[in-house]
Amino acid sequence: MPRRNDIQKILVIGSGPIVIGQSAEFDYSGTQACKALRQDGYEVVLINSNPATIMTDPELADRTYIEPLTVAYVEEVIRVEAAMMTPGAGKFALLPTVGGQTALNLAVELSDSGILDKYGVEMIGARLEAIKKAEDRLLFKDAMVRIGLEVSKSVLVNNLRDGLDFAGKIGFPILIRPSFTLGGSGGGIAYNREELMEILSRGLDLSPVHECLIEESVLGWKEYELEVMRDLADNVIIVCSIENFDPMGVHTGDSITVAPAQTLTDREYQKMRDAALAVMREIGVETGGSNVQFAVNPVDGRMTVIEMNPRVSRSSALASKATGFPIAKIAAKLAVGYTLDEIPNDITRMTPACFEPTIDYVVTKIPKWQFEKFPGADDTLGPQMKSVGEVMAIGRTFKESLMKALRSLETGKKTGSEELDPRRLLQRLVTPQPERLNYVRFAFERGMSVRDVARYTGMDPWFLHHVCEIALEQKQMAEQNAESITPAQLRRWKRMGFSDERIANQWGLAGHDGIQQVRELRYRHGVRPIYKLVDTCAAEFESHTPYFYSSYDEEDEAPPTAKRKIIILGSGPNRIGQGIEFDYCCCHAAFSLKDDGYETIMVNCNPETVSTDYDTSDRLYFEPLTLEDVLAIYEHEASGGAEIGMIVQFGGQTPLNLAQRLRKAGVPIIGTSPESIDLAEDRKQFGKLLEELSIPQPAGDTATSVEQALAVAERIGYPVLVRPSYVLGGRAMVIAYDAQEVARYMTTAVEYSSDRPVLIDHFLEDAVEVDVDALCDSRDVVIAAIMQHIEEAGIHSGDSSCVLPPVSIRATTLDVIRDYTRKLALSLKVIGLVNLQFAIQRDDSGEDHVYVIEVNPRASRTVPYVSKATGVPLARIASRLMTGRSLQELLPDVVASGKDLDPGSHFYVKSPVFPWGKFPGVDTVLSPEMKSTGEVMGVAATFGEAFAKAQLSAGQTLPSGGTVFFSVNDHDKPAAVRLARRYVELGFQLVATEGTADALESAGMNVERVFKVKEGRPNVVDLIKGDRIQLIINTPRGQDTIFDEKAIRRAAVLARVPTITTIAAAHAAAEGIGAMQSHKTTVYSLQQLHPLVAARS
Amino acid sequence: MQATLALEDGRIFAGEGYGAPGEALGEVVFNTSLTGYQEIATDPSYAGQIVVMTNPQIGNYGTNEADNEAPKPYIEGLIVREFSPVSSNWRSERVTDEYMERYKVPVLAEIDTRALVRHLRTHGVMRGCISTSDTNVESLVAKARSIRKMDGMDLARVVSTPTAYSFAAEDSLAETGNSLLPDNTSSDRSLLHVVAYDFGIKRNILRMLTREGCRVTVVPAETRADQVMELKPDGVFLSNGPGDPEPVDYAVKAIREMLGRVPIFGICLGHQLTGLALGGRTYKLKFGHHGGNHPVKNLRTGKVEITAHNHNFAVDPESMNANDVDLTHVDLNDNTLEGLRHKSLPLFSVQYHPEAAPGPHDSNYLFHDFRKLMDEWKR
Repeated sequence: MPRRNDIQKILVIGSGPIVIGQSAEFDYSGTQACKALRQDGYEVVLINSNPATIMTDPELADRTYIEPLTVAYVEEVIRVEAAMMTPGAGKFALLPTVGGQTALNLAVELSDSGILDKYGVEMIGARLEAIKKAEDRLLFKDAMVRIGLEVSKSVLVNNLRDGLDFAGKIGFPILIRPSFTLGGSGGGIAYNREELMEILSRGLDLSPVHECLIEESVLGWKEYELEVMRDLADNVIIVCSIENFDPMGVHTGDSITVAPAQTLTDREYQKMRDAALAVMREIGVETGGSNVQFAVNPVDGRMTVIEMNPRVSRSSALASKATGFPIAKIAAKLAVGYTLDEIPNDITRMTPACFEPTIDYVVTKIPKWQFEKFPGADDTLGPQMKSVGEVMAIGRTFKESLMKALRSLETGKKTGSEELDPRRLLQRLVTPQPERLNYVRFAFERGMSVRDVARYTGMDPWFLHHVCEIALEQKQMAEQNAESITPAQLRRWKRMGFSDERIANQWGLAGHDGIQQVRELRYRHGVRPIYKLVDTCAAEFESHTPYFYSSYDEEDEAPPTAKRKIIILGSGPNRIGQGIEFDYCCCHAAFSLKDDGYETIMVNCNPETVSTDYDTSDRLYFEPLTLEDVLAIYEHEASGGAEIGMIVQFGGQTPLNLAQRLRKAGVPIIGTSPESIDLAEDRKQFGKLLEELSIPQPAGDTATSVEQALAVAERIGYPVLVRPSYVLGGRAMVIAYDAQEVARYMTTAVEYSSDRPVLIDHFLEDAVEVDVDALCDSRDVVIAAIMQHIEEAGIHSGDSSCVLPPVSIRATTLDVIRDYTRKLALSLKVIGLVNLQFAIQRDDSGEDHVYVIEVNPRASRTVPYVSKATGVPLARIASRLMTGRSLQELLPDVVASGKDLDPGSHFYVKSPVFPWGKFPGVDTVLSPEMKSTGEVMGVAATFGEAFAKAQLSAGQTLPSGGTVFFSVNDHDKPAAVRLARRYVELGFQLVATEGTADALESAGMNVERVFKVKEGRPNVVDLIKGDRIQLIINTPRGQDTIFDEKAIRRAAVLARVPTITTIAAAHAAAEGIGAMQSHKTTVYSLQQLHPLVAARS
Repeated sequence: MQATLALEDGRIFAGEGYGAPGEALGEVVFNTSLTGYQEIATDPSYAGQIVVMTNPQIGNYGTNEADNEAPKPYIEGLIVREFSPVSSNWRSERVTDEYMERYKVPVLAEIDTRALVRHLRTHGVMRGCISTSDTNVESLVAKARSIRKMDGMDLARVVSTPTAYSFAAEDSLAETGNSLLPDNTSSDRSLLHVVAYDFGIKRNILRMLTREGCRVTVVPAETRADQVMELKPDGVFLSNGPGDPEPVDYAVKAIREMLGRVPIFGICLGHQLTGLALGGRTYKLKFGHHGGNHPVKNLRTGKVEITAHNHNFAVDPESMNANDVDLTHVDLNDNTLEGLRHKSLPLFSVQYHPEAAPGPHDSNYLFHDFRKLMDEWKR
């Protein structure tokens, strides 16, 4: 069946902000889908609230709406778009299967509420009944039984008593899975009644349909996943099989996984394949990709179906990258009527996409966790996903791929410095935690047998055998040294995947010099990696897709070309502080330089991204971002003799950390020099520069001891901001109000040394913070955006909402900021992008003082947001500047006028999204340490409406009426009075704790008083739990109230009451509520906001 | 244990030896199946061949009796990237290394198998020699060149059963009740008698026929048509097998004589022989089809089946008389003819392996089609 010609327009729904359980993989899938549909001549309309994505680039759709993913806003988009259609030219269709659970749930709601029917919109890619059958636990179970497949014993409950009854019947442990939540949110394993009650009540609450599945535990069974595709002609193929290294009990997103499946006989594999096909047919997924998960009892092979997702998923992204088969693209094509045999395989060009990829390498995925960001969070892994990102590595053997994946993780810890406690060994083997693999290795080093480790961990002995070999080999390494080692032995280690760093470490060769010694030894012995091709067919057919991985094997398949080339270093695994924004920049560099005639070469190890799509750049190296691996690629590519350069400023901190060493090794880094990047990080040199330029910065100094730190703090005055040097996302950064806190920080919170001192700065209270992004070619500077933070200084910029253009900064102050920006960019000889942070403090006489907080001569987190708000693709221009082109050539009008880039007549608010829901018990207060996982953008004609939209997109639905709870520190009391008055005007009731209530009452307002938690009951937490409070405004007051504030915030997260922790944000919220009360739902497409952009694309 | 592979064109791969020490000579072919190394090793169609597995990790799940496609391995040698010294699977009865050693199959590991596959893809299948004893490159290449080429070789006669035997649901090798093997659920149907020519028959074919309610008499390759007809078969099955179909002229003759007298179903070599019997030609493919992921389009239904392949030869579709024969299946990768059916006589055959083992079960229906054909013929 060929392309459907009865469709005119297709709405694609994205997945919204990056959250745990729904990450960059849906940018990859949405981007592929949009591209595929447009290539086929359909009019594509996209809605997604996440501005950091490639998919929301205006070039990828005919109209791009960065709007909240709620029924009301999607309906408005549908209404507007339906009205624009040419009558008789075809139908309006909705593709809900490439935007994760968010898009799928939204599509179900749109359908159930009759909106799709109302506007004549047809759902393609998945039928409503199929979605419901797959997602509804009970329907799914019935369906599986009908086709003769086993499922775990389970019961669906909507109250605690039924859950307890069932547990009584089948016994503990027992699994709780809430219906319709993403990433297994709210799920858990209960080992007793008490835990069951706790997890079940939370699960019921989180489930949009107030329903949980209670399930017999198959803990310790082997877990498998098959990626399946089906077309309208009922052709079904398995794209990839995945076997989990961690047994059942750990969410697959938190499991180490391996492709292809390693320990199934053909008989078992085919039985699983037959089951997956039957599931697809029974559920009725007519077109597109799905995944089906299975559990297998290692003792007798009994197989049960765990679940299936009738959409493109995280594992589809992994499977796509693991095999080279573009699942999302093909899924989009199938949705519009093509059959698998009509679609060519891009990689071989000669054969069709209707086949099952076979691979001649092993792929390992390891999740990336960041529990260090959330003190107090439970780091036990279970059915609810907790990782923030993942890495994938390809090797010719399992050992090689595992070791490559491990070094891709960038733990920041020195290799071999893991602190392993022998007394906790057994517990750590039994209980899944992020460090478990280290303990497995440790167990082998201490002589434990594979059989015993398998018994404790439930991991398959085949996997463990390999880990054991690695552990024992590593132990023996120390018996050799650089003189005694034979080339053959060195080669054997490299074939097992050991990095130079690990060998150096085992040989006691210290630091970067030690690693270099090993590298040079390796070169002397001629032990170098070669590059092999990912081709979907295990070399059976000739392939054209330049997608490579390294291996210590014999034949190289990636001879360098004669074209001039640029290597772009990606950003590695998604993590807090370094997310999809950097991938966005890397992709843009590839796009623009490809257009300019360069051969673009991408290096990255994150399977969720667009940058690791084989058609984003001319060549893709799926490799760890370590010096060893990057240098090897450089040397390989440079060996062809063509002109070559490397870009390090787009991938966040990961490539920047390598910049100096790459430069030393002779790699030509293009754009801003690594020296300038370092200068901006070096406190002394940077201070000197600011002095020369007469630009003020907050008083500060460095310290390497507790005494020194206290002296510095005393000298510059409290409060102080203390932080370690060289970190991203404000790791371990705090604001200290007194000596006690500084001392505590220095003794417990952070490690420091003479070359890595602690930085101590005076903290500017009540300052307004501003972020600036600018372009510079070392001659001209173009200011792309001045963004005003909505929270005050002191909250990490990544966690702060901000607005473009600024709403309450004086024109003269903006000019000061512009002046400082230009001066700094030029003196740092920036070529490309630079991000600056300023704080504006107003003194008692009303005069503004602008301080520089920091300068980062690299792409920042805000680049995609600013690009979307201004309609100017900053990263593209920046990459061209790096190749020697000029701003005068690329932005002649802007350079001539000397003005900032123009965001037009609208306001663009960016708001962060936090993972609080995943970490119950963790304090939700904002601080200098970044904690948000993603961001959204709201656009509107007024600031208030834009803010309200952003909040809505971030999952914080601002109430349009009800009661506001106020509890503010003394310092904020005058401001709180003005604020409370505004809320009263908006029709809100006030509730406050004693001190705040006094202040509000004395200003003449009616306030209901409530006890603090410590004071008695009913207290504020009782009110929150009783749904008496709709909005919380709670500014932190330091140590003595921490307990109260934590309790309030925790209750608020559970009850999903929006909590605002700064006065500035509370003002913005009031504006937003005001806008919302006027009940308008307006949507804007980027193409309409920036008509020039539309014209260009 | 050091081991070396020498190809007839002089290319050498040196690696580690596992399994049996010694020497193996044969035509080197590659197989892209991810699973099923044991079934592949014991498939008699691989007689005379050294098999390179493209999946780099082989031996992981050990070996077991139920997965044998014949009583012993038929491959001459096995080449893998990494060979597992341990096995991990509840079905495993013997570590793969021991199994190969016991059946005298040398295994070459730790070589760049992808480079070897690319070499074969570019230059076509060629003869090779694996040795754990001889390290002299020149002598190894000479040995590789010394063996007979597969073209024109009748290997079916060599691997075929010397005497007839019967196979039914009660047979222990059918292992009915094993949920992983084809189940015999056709007790309500009348038992039909199939005579199966053994050119190198796989055990799973016998199980699949049994599942369709057949008792099978397996006969030697050189059995004459009149001898078969004396057994009063409800249908005749032509099995898979190794080597070149052309020299198997005695079977072609037998097929011609049975045409129209009894329903016939052929697989692989059986299909090629059918093609020859119908007046067609066969030819050798450059590097053959060996794997479990080949898309085959059923031209009658338009549906694509993912299928298991193992053939170096194929029937030339141009050589078939379009008035007599429908071309029913085609490989979507390279348009190789994969199935045919006689327009008027009860006969069909496929080039690939609907019995799988190893491979996907998408084409299992063909055994059912054969049963239907026999039922209709009987009426």
